[in-house]
Amino acid sequence: MEALDIARWQFGITTVYHFLMVPLTIGLGLVVATLQTMWVRTGKEQYLRMTKFWGKLFLINFIMGVATGLVQEFQFGMAWSEYSRFVGDVFGAPLALESLLAFFTESVFLGLWIFGWNRLPKKLHLATIWIATLASVLSAYFILAANSWMQHPVGVEMVDGRPVLNDIWAVLTNNTLLVAFPHQITAALSVAGGFLLGIAWFHLWKRRRDGIDTVNADGTVTVGSRPETGRDTTDHSVWIKSLRIGAVVAMISFAGTAITGDLQGKLMFDQQPMKMAAAEAACHDGTSFSILSVGDVGAKNCDDVTAVIEVPGLLSFLANNDFDTEVKGVNTLIPEYQEAYGTHIPDDPKYGEQAGTEIDYLPVMSVTYWGFRIMIGFGGVAAVAAAAALWVTRKGTVPASKWLMRLAVFGILAPFGANSAGWIFTEMGRQPFVVAPNPSFTGIDQVFMFTASAVSPGVSRAELLFSLAAFVLVYLALLIVEVRLLFKFTRGGVPSAMPELLHGDGHDGGSSGGMDSAGGDDGSGSDGSGGTTKTKQPDDVLGFAY
Amino acid sequence: MISLPTLWFIVLAFLWTGYLFLEGFDLGVGMLMKLMGRTEKDRRVMLNTIGPVWDGNEVWLITAGAMTFATFPLWYAALFSALYIPLVFVLLGLIFRAVSIEYRGKHNDDRWRSRWDWAMALGSFVSAFGVGAALALTTTGLPLNENGDRVGGAFAWFNGYAVLGGFAVVAFCLVHACAFLALKTRGDIEVRARRAVVRWLPLGVLPMAAWAIVVQLQNGKALTLIPLVIAVAAVVLAWITARRGREGWSFTWMGLFLVAGVVTIFASLYPNVLPSTLDPAWSLTVDNASSSDYTLTVISWVSLFGLPLVVLYQGWTYWVFRKRITAASIPAAHTVNAQ
Ligand code: HDD
Ligand code: HEM
Ligand code: HEM
Repeated sequence: MEALDIARWQFGITTVYHFLMVPLTIGLGLVVATLQTMWVRTGKEQYLRMTKFWGKLFLINFIMGVATGLVQEFQFGMAWSEYSRFVGDVFGAPLALESLLAFFTESVFLGLWIFGWNRLPKKLHLATIWIATLASVLSAYFILAANSWMQHPVGVEMVDGRPVLNDIWAVLTNNTLLVAFPHQITAALSVAGGFLLGIAWFHLWKRRRDGIDTVNADGTVTVGSRPETGRDTTDHSVWIKSLRIGAVVAMISFAGTAITGDLQGKLMFDQQPMKMAAAEAACHDGTSFSILSVGDVGAKNCDDVTAVIEVPGLLSFLANNDFDTEVKGVNTLIPEYQEAYGTHIPDDPKYGEQAGTEIDYLPVMSVTYWGFRIMIGFGGVAAVAAAAALWVTRKGTVPASKWLMRLAVFGILAPFGANSAGWIFTEMGRQPFVVAPNPSFTGIDQVFMFTASAVSPGVSRAELLFSLAAFVLVYLALLIVEVRLLFKFTRGGVPSAMPELLHGDGHDGGSSGGMDSAGGDDGSGSDGSGGTTKTKQPDDVLGFAY
Repeated sequence: MISLPTLWFIVLAFLWTGYLFLEGFDLGVGMLMKLMGRTEKDRRVMLNTIGPVWDGNEVWLITAGAMTFATFPLWYAALFSALYIPLVFVLLGLIFRAVSIEYRGKHNDDRWRSRWDWAMALGSFVSAFGVGAALALTTTGLPLNENGDRVGGAFAWFNGYAVLGGFAVVAFCLVHACAFLALKTRGDIEVRARRAVVRWLPLGVLPMAAWAIVVQLQNGKALTLIPLVIAVAAVVLAWITARRGREGWSFTWMGLFLVAGVVTIFASLYPNVLPSTLDPAWSLTVDNASSSDYTLTVISWVSLFGLPLVVLYQGWTYWVFRKRITAASIPAAHTVNAQ
């Protein structure tokens, strides 16, 4: 492998990995903040338990997002220095705004939330989780601004061969960004929806299996209680509520991704026609969208691909809102691209070993074709499953079937898969460009960059191989640790986040649990509070954290 | 009026100072987990002194990096690609640190905790050392060609300055963390930390002082002697106050030492941002490495409001969690059982 390929694998792997954590952080953060709001407004114990339980899982996941995000921030300079030089004037700005306005807010207020349970007034404490969560949404906005600029460069002029920012507002209101952002947020919510649904299903199933809840012949559910394990009647409502919230979130968010995704399709048709063709693996111009094709979808030769199921007109609809727009196929587009952007990488020493090589304008079509379908398919399957789950559990619990339970738990992975597939499609469909040229935008058509010329000229293959191996090994190990911890805390149920439930003082439905009872600050403060006689709850501030 | 790139050079120096000051004691506490924490309770006391704040402190590093990208893309590109291998270690160190803080308490098992304590101690050490080496090399220079790319292979950056800078930051973090722990805890840790400050402070600040003096000798100006003198005076005061048990003051003087030291180093470096050791004509400077004035103006306006806001709410967090932590406030470890 050449340095370029290693750098690309490294970027792809580290980013896709980062992006396993990110949608769960964004989606679950919004859910936890909403749950805590419900608790503050209604005072109902079940919402407190939901906040704490989902909040615990949120934190276990969050930290991995932080750890892997660091790599993202540094690797533009490390492995893609030519890229950083070329785009720095414009691309750096959203990254800088992101860390100043979003990352700071997020991490500081999350710290306040984790440790502030007993220290901050209730409403102020609620505000901290909202601020942290909205900051993570803001961070998605800025990073998507950066990414959208690579898909569709705006707000710049060329000066001495480099794009120079002349309109930040154009970058922050890039039409590509304005649709990618809601698409991404709804995609993140669908991850959270599936997560709630699957785990809640598991616990309801467990309660049935353990004989706590029983289902009578006529289908009505008798909710039982086993307080010594924390599984009282409130526990049941925790899970059934979570399940319903999860299912509704999954359904609505899929609708959201579909609507915004359709808008993205139209922009893509406009801005990156080659990506559109590659999404359909179409070599000829056409109007229909294939749901399933057999043969080698990566081939330029149309005889190699047979569409098995086709929806006539759908492709035109996705591209242009009608049923007969001819969407150009790759065989039409390649000559057009060659004419506009050349057939070879310029023979300039700064392109290193890539100088003078021929440019292949065709993305890896098997990836784009299937990536696009996996994104939509997995998202859709999750939404349909969510609707079915709502129906099946309408009487108050889940079926006793072990297989259905397993399916629900495995289903958690589907929206994750849809997210990764969507990104892999977006990023690989843009190849061979790292900054895609932008045919419909006159004046700055010449703003583009080939991936081949973006990699750091001074960094050797050996260095890249070393870092690739190191990151892959560490990421793999940490993934195992994270998943096992998530399993463990999931299995533990609510008491894993609220151990006081096991000490028999948390199940009297009316009380608001450990929150008010844990009483102020426990440490002997610098002002010496030796006089406090209150017994400490096990779940005091520090217990909740480290 | 100073030019925008110069202003941004100053802001970046400020961001690095903020980072070293804040994450300095986090990294130090991380290393001390294995050096000062004797019992499990000790270690949890130590960990919880930085618990609510460490992530916010680390964002100073992310912001320093991202702001360098936005305001001096050529500096960012040259420095980060030239120091490829050490930065990989910094990243791995930071990854292990972050994860260990969150995960060490998640199994009630001594071996599990001990492993994460090692991850935290080593991660903190490696990242502190790497950041120090990188900062030292940006002040003393790297073998860069005309394009700003490193020549001479993967280890061409390695020299005595890298080692000096690495030790400077590591040693500073350790002493700084002791001063911090003396301020933030009550009981055993407090006593030990206080003793450690008195004993190790003179040695701990030595490498950083040496680094400032080296930069001063290489390309310092008469003016940069002023912060250098302030730095030395601050160290002396930090030590005297530590001996008298005035930990608040001693922590403050340590902070001033850092500020003055960084000012000395950055001011001597100016107008270079990253000298080339091959040919001074290829050095990256405030003028040839920066972004356009428009970009700098945009970032300046946002930072004018954003940075004070950050300082304000981060300061407020320290206020909220101002109480000292004792072993008595640490609850028993959780045991999570499957239902
Ligand atoms: C749960 C996740 C999920 C679901 C169900 C969908 N998407 Fe999506 N899609 C993403 C998650 C995603 C993503 C991972 O978030 C991407 C990658 C880049 C981006 O902005 O969002 C994406 C990108 C993306 C793009 C590429 C934009 C570009 O490259 O410029 C298009 C055209 C669509 N989507 C269209 C759709 C359509 C028509 C859907 C119909 C149901 C759909 N997506 C469902
Ligand atoms: C919004 C922030 C993002 C930016 C700025 C960004 C930028 C980049 C850059 C610079 C490259 C390297 C050049 C290249 O190979 O094309 C790249 C490649 C890639 N990125 Fe993104 N990316 C972003 C988000 C993502 C996300 C979230 C994912 C997936 C989850 C992703 C997946 C990939 C993949 C798979 C590649 C490799 C493609 C290839 O080399 O063929 N990216 N991206
Ligand atoms: C390649 C581009 C990317 C870079 C440089 C990047 C950088 C980072 C960094 C440095 C962090 C850690 C912040 C902290 O310490 O709190 C982080 C976390 C985060 N990133 Fe990324 N990221 C990238 C891709 C993305 C994308 C595409 C999204 C969303 C659409 C995203 C959303 C987030 C969010 C919401 C967080 C905070 C939550 C968490 O830490 O999990 N990132 N990112």
